[in-house]
Order: sequence, then structure tokens, then C-alpha cells
Amino acid sequence: MQQSSKIMVLFGNRDFEAMMRLPVKPVFSEEICSFLNTLSGEIMRSREARRFPDVITFGFFCRKANITQLKEQYYEEGRIGRGLSLHIAPSNVPINFAYTMVAGLLAGNPCIVRASSKRFEQISLLCDLMEKVACDSIAAEYISVVQYGREKEINDYLSAMSDVRAIWGGDNTINEIRKSTLPTRAVEVCFADRYSLCVLEAKDVLKMTDRERIAQDFYNDTYLYDQNACSSPRLMYWLGNEEDIAKAKKVFWNSIHDFIAKKYTIEPVIAVDKLTMSYRAAMDIEGVKLEEDCDNLFSRISIPDLDMNLSDYVCPGGSYLEYSSETLDELCKAVNKKFQTLSYLGGDPAEYQKFVIDNGLPGIDRIVPMGKTADFSLTWDGYNLISIMSRKVESY
Amino acid sequence: MLNYTDILSREPYSLEKEEKHAFLTGILAELTRYHYANCELYKRICDAKGFNVDMINSYYDIPFLPVRLFKEYDLRSIPAEDVKKTMTSSGTTGQQVSKIYLDRETSAIQTKTLTKIVSSFIGKKRLPMLIIDTSAIIKNRAMFSARGAGILGFSMFARDKCYALDENMELDVEGMKAFLEKHEGEDIFLFGFTFMIWQHFVKELKKTKYHPDLSRGVMIHGGGWKKLLSESVLSEQFKQELNRVCGITRVHDYYGMVEQTGTIYMECECGHLHTPIFSDVIIRRSSDFSVAGIGEEGLIEVVSVLPKSYPGHVLLTEDSGVILGEDNCPCGRLGKYFKINGRIKNAEIRGCSDTYAAKF
Repeated sequence: MQQSSKIMVLFGNRDFEAMMRLPVKPVFSEEICSFLNTLSGEIMRSREARRFPDVITFGFFCRKANITQLKEQYYEEGRIGRGLSLHIAPSNVPINFAYTMVAGLLAGNPCIVRASSKRFEQISLLCDLMEKVACDSIAAEYISVVQYGREKEINDYLSAMSDVRAIWGGDNTINEIRKSTLPTRAVEVCFADRYSLCVLEAKDVLKMTDRERIAQDFYNDTYLYDQNACSSPRLMYWLGNEEDIAKAKKVFWNSIHDFIAKKYTIEPVIAVDKLTMSYRAAMDIEGVKLEEDCDNLFSRISIPDLDMNLSDYVCPGGSYLEYSSETLDELCKAVNKKFQTLSYLGGDPAEYQKFVIDNGLPGIDRIVPMGKTADFSLTWDGYNLISIMSRKVESY
Repeated sequence: MLNYTDILSREPYSLEKEEKHAFLTGILAELTRYHYANCELYKRICDAKGFNVDMINSYYDIPFLPVRLFKEYDLRSIPAEDVKKTMTSSGTTGQQVSKIYLDRETSAIQTKTLTKIVSSFIGKKRLPMLIIDTSAIIKNRAMFSARGAGILGFSMFARDKCYALDENMELDVEGMKAFLEKHEGEDIFLFGFTFMIWQHFVKELKKTKYHPDLSRGVMIHGGGWKKLLSESVLSEQFKQELNRVCGITRVHDYYGMVEQTGTIYMECECGHLHTPIFSDVIIRRSSDFSVAGIGEEGLIEVVSVLPKSYPGHVLLTEDSGVILGEDNCPCGRLGKYFKINGRIKNAEIRGCSDTYAAKF
């Protein structure tokens, strides 16, 4: 049987081989930008879309003003697409497929996007909305949103045609997809399992008055995705003197508690997982202190130093390691290549960036305010997606 | 110091709520101090929680260890050279299994306690025993696990043994006939695992024309209902079908686990699982681990006075259940009685971390 017949197309071009022959576009081409703008309008008008904050956020991302701003940042004369791009989206983040598709399109490439095979309403909704606006744009030709099982033959078939391959999420997925070879000239960008932390400046936290806002921001970074996004903080690094930190911790955890309690229910298995993880840490590391909270919303594990493999103590659903210090210095012991996002509450991002650079840290690719960890950016995991997925036509 | 001879001399369902609370608190507090002094890993957990082992007012306050920890850590309160037996939970290939380290004393009191509890249901006399399983389970070391250990454990109530299934898990009709003829007119003790009994005994007997008369039998079965529930077989139907194929009326389920061998929870004539005085069940809310009320579903915590060679006296299981009442079961036994609702479900976790192996 032909591989293409085993692939379910949710939206767009059904002829993958024809997509391979489509001419590539310059980066940020007029046609693509205009399609995204139209799509943005359609999403914002959709009653259905309002049920999904992630779909609305995506619609907002695609609006003209934002794309124009991105163009100013990323456009380069003489940059053009590389060819057919294949995008493997993660199975558990419904909207991710749309962002990687936008990156591929803005880089000038036709895109085959493998969406999660789970039945997320967001996926079918977005495909419906694209269908509506597709007729008078190039979208129907340049996009194919697909679903298929875990058949390696299909990965082989699509990979063999691709000039760009983007694999989102998970070391195992990457290893699996990499068994399917790409043409020799093709480029690949992979987003492996990562580890993220949050730095909290105690003095600043104590001055903050908008507690509700902090709670919402922290929620977006963590519980919104079961604290299982690669950018979700697992380590809370408190900066300041002992007294301030003790007060700030109380203020912070108290103020987020009620907000999150209203939005998030701890499933029994998660409660057991978190308890197990905290006891694991207690047994493995001498001097650990387990904070007693009023319920199981957060499991907080105070660790005495950072000279250890922090990612051994990751548990989704609200499990946090906590560390306190006057300076960031201790971080040098812990940071490895797995480290992705440093989110902050208080303090100076420029200083955090300087700290990463001055110390030549092997990890930390993003420094973003609390609440912004999951915001999509065309620079992700330290990669400039536009330049990786396009090529430069040199002339002088 | 703990005097198990004294503790185990009591009748298993003899204490009312307050007495039982005082009885268990005394023993479990002492066990907690014992493990704190003898198991470094256990001490670290207590210290990390700031739990003071010298200030225990109720066994409800003692930290409960998730049973999963016994799969990942070697938890014991005795020196390695005193380990006489290591019990492992049943687990399919590739799965991690619990490792429970027993010394002579703990092993002995487990046996003694099991005897006390079971004989209060089937009598003190040893009976001819029909094991609804294959003899291969004992012969084959590779298969030897919780199932084999259960059969061996319950075999001490036997005077003469017969396996109902041959090495290929087929019903051994001739063997059974001979055994039942030999013991005609006697009470027969039947033992097996719930699913095995359903799959290889009830279903198979229905297919044959053989109708053994086991109206004088008393059956004890355990191991859980998961597989049967997937065939929508409930406890009532299980008993009815058993009665149809062999005339048996006395059928008792039990709940127990390798992490607390000995203190099993037997099902009474009213269909309720009962806590003996040597152990207890506490239902906890998963939202904050507070104690759930009667009739309220939650995670099952089990406590037992027996685990001395390893710190397994207070455990949080991954089962969910409900306390049905305390001290007032119509069967007359004192103590809490409860039912099991099954294993807690795996969560559907969002986020980009990997799920390739399971779903992709």
C-alpha cells in the first residue's frame, strides 16, 4: 500500500509529492503574512475559539501587528525557504502544531505538520478555521496538517522528501523519528527534554501588590500544562537574605494557593507521585526539608545545595525544588545542557543574562518574566527558527 | 519492647474503636521509633518532614510511605546478614517489583497472624485443600512470586493438597475426582486467585459435564478484581456462578499485599472486608491527604503491627476504597469494614514531555 494513503489529512494539500515541487518563498513573504492576518481575524471572530485560551493566544500571535514586528526582527534580504518542511508536533500540547507551522511558513517553506494523534478540539477547530480562509490564499497548497500512527514507514516516506525537519518534544520521540533518514542536504531542528527554573528576588516579591496577577502568571507557566512543559519551572531559586526569603516564600505560596486551588484538581495518582518524589529526594539527599502545606497542590522540597542532577527529581503536577541564596553563583554547579528557561519574578533580566554569558553556562537559552515561559517565540531553545529553516542566497 | 506473643494472643476482631486506637498507637509508635533508629532512609524521611518520633499521639499521624518506594529502594531495618527471605510482588516482565526483606522474627509473626485471621473463618482444624492453580507455580522458580507465596502461605491450613489445574493450566478432572472421593464427607478448603478461579475453574467447569460437590467447601480467594471487572464480572455474579458449578456457598475474598503479608483483610458473610486488630485501613483524600469520612472514597492507607524487619508498618497504597462502617457490621466482627474500588488511574498529563512509548 502506498504510504500516503495511510496518512489522514485534516487540512490542506493531500498531494505530498506535489508539495515537494512547490516553489519556495522568501522569508516573511507577502502571501504568507496576509494569510496569517486573515486567519487571525477569523480566529478572533470565532465564537467557538473563545472556549480555548490557547487558540486565542495563537490568533493574537498571527495578527498583522505582531507579524510585522517579527518581520522587523527576523527579516533578512536574500533569505528564502529551503524546501518541503516536515514538522512533528508533541502529542500533549494541542496548539503547538500551529506555531511550528507558522515558523515553517514564515521561513518560506511548504509545511507538512503532524499534529498530535489525540482528539484535541483545538486541532479540529483550527483546521476548520483555516479551511474557511484557505480558498483565496496559498495556504491550501503550502500546508498539510496530518495525523498518523507510529508507523516508521510513514516517517521514512515523509522524511525522505523533506528539506527541513522539526521534531518537538521528547528525547524518545526524537530518537524514534531520527531512525528515518533525511536527504543529505536537509537540516533538522530538535527540541529535546529540557529543565527550567524560576528565580525569585525576595525583596522585590515582598514589594509586589498585584497578587492575583502573580498567581495567574505562575499558573500559566506551570499548572496550565500540568507543570510538564519543558519551560515549566521545577526549581524555585530564591535570592535574598534569609529573613526576606522566609517572608517572601510565605507571601508567594499563599497568594498563588487560592487561585490555583480554584482552577486545578489534583488527581489521586498525581498526589501519590508527588509524595513519592518528595520522599525520594529526602532519602537521596541529606539535609532535605519537606515543607508542610495545607494541601497537596504544591509539593515543596527544600534542598541544601545544588551540586546534584536536578532533573532526577522532576514530577509533573506541582512538585518544586526550592533553594535559597544571596547570589546566583550556586547555579553554576547545577546548570547543564538540559537547562532551557529561566523565568524570573523580580530582579534584572539583563543581569541574569550577563550571569549566563559571563560564567559560560552550558544551558539556559531563555530568560523571560514569570507568566511568559510558554509564549511562543521564533527563537526557541536557542535556535533562530527562521534562519535554520531558510537559506541565504548570497550575491555580491 | 514489642512483645508479639502478647500482641498476637488476642482475638482478631475483638476491640472497639477507642481500644483499638490505643492498642495500635502504642505498637505503631514503638515500631516507628524502631525503624527510625534502624533504617537510615526511613530516618531521613522523618527528619525531612520534621516528624518527631517521640511525640506520636495517634497512628493516624505517622508518615505513610508510598508502596512504590519499596520497588526503588532497599528498605530494611535489619543488617543484610539477618535477611532470611526476600519477598517480591507479582509484576510482569520488565516491571519493577517490590522487595520486602524479612528476618526470622518478622517471617514467623506473619505466619502466625495469617493463621489467626484465617482460622477465625475456616476453623482451627487443618483441612483437605484444593488449590485452584497449577502445581507448576511452586515447582517453577521463575514463576514463583506473590502467587506462589500466597499458595504456600495458605497451604499451612492444609492436611492434604490437590492442584485443580495441570501444568498447562487445564482442569485436572481426574485428579480432582480422586481427591474429593478420598475426602468424601469432609470440609474442603479451596484457595486460589480470583481471576484464575474465574478463568480456569468456573468457565472450564461450565464446559465439562463434571459437577464436583463442594457444598461442604469454604473458599478463600484474593488478588484483585481488575481483570474480572474488564469482563464486567461483579462479586455477586462470581459467587453465584461458583455456586452453580460446584455448589459452594462459603466464599471469602481477601485484600492484602506483599508489603504487609500476614495482616490480610477478609471478606465476611455480608460481603465486607474487615480490619483485624493487628492492622487498620485509613482512607485519605487525595487533595490533602486528610482522613475521609465513612462512605467517602479515597486512597487506601494500610497500617500493620507486623513489619519489623522493614519500615512498612504505615503505607499508602495506590488503591482506592471506602470505609463502610466501624464496629457495627451485621456479621458481628468489630473494627472497620470497607470495600475496594480498584487501582487509581494513570493521569493524562499535558505538556511537551515525552509520551512516545505509550502513545506517540
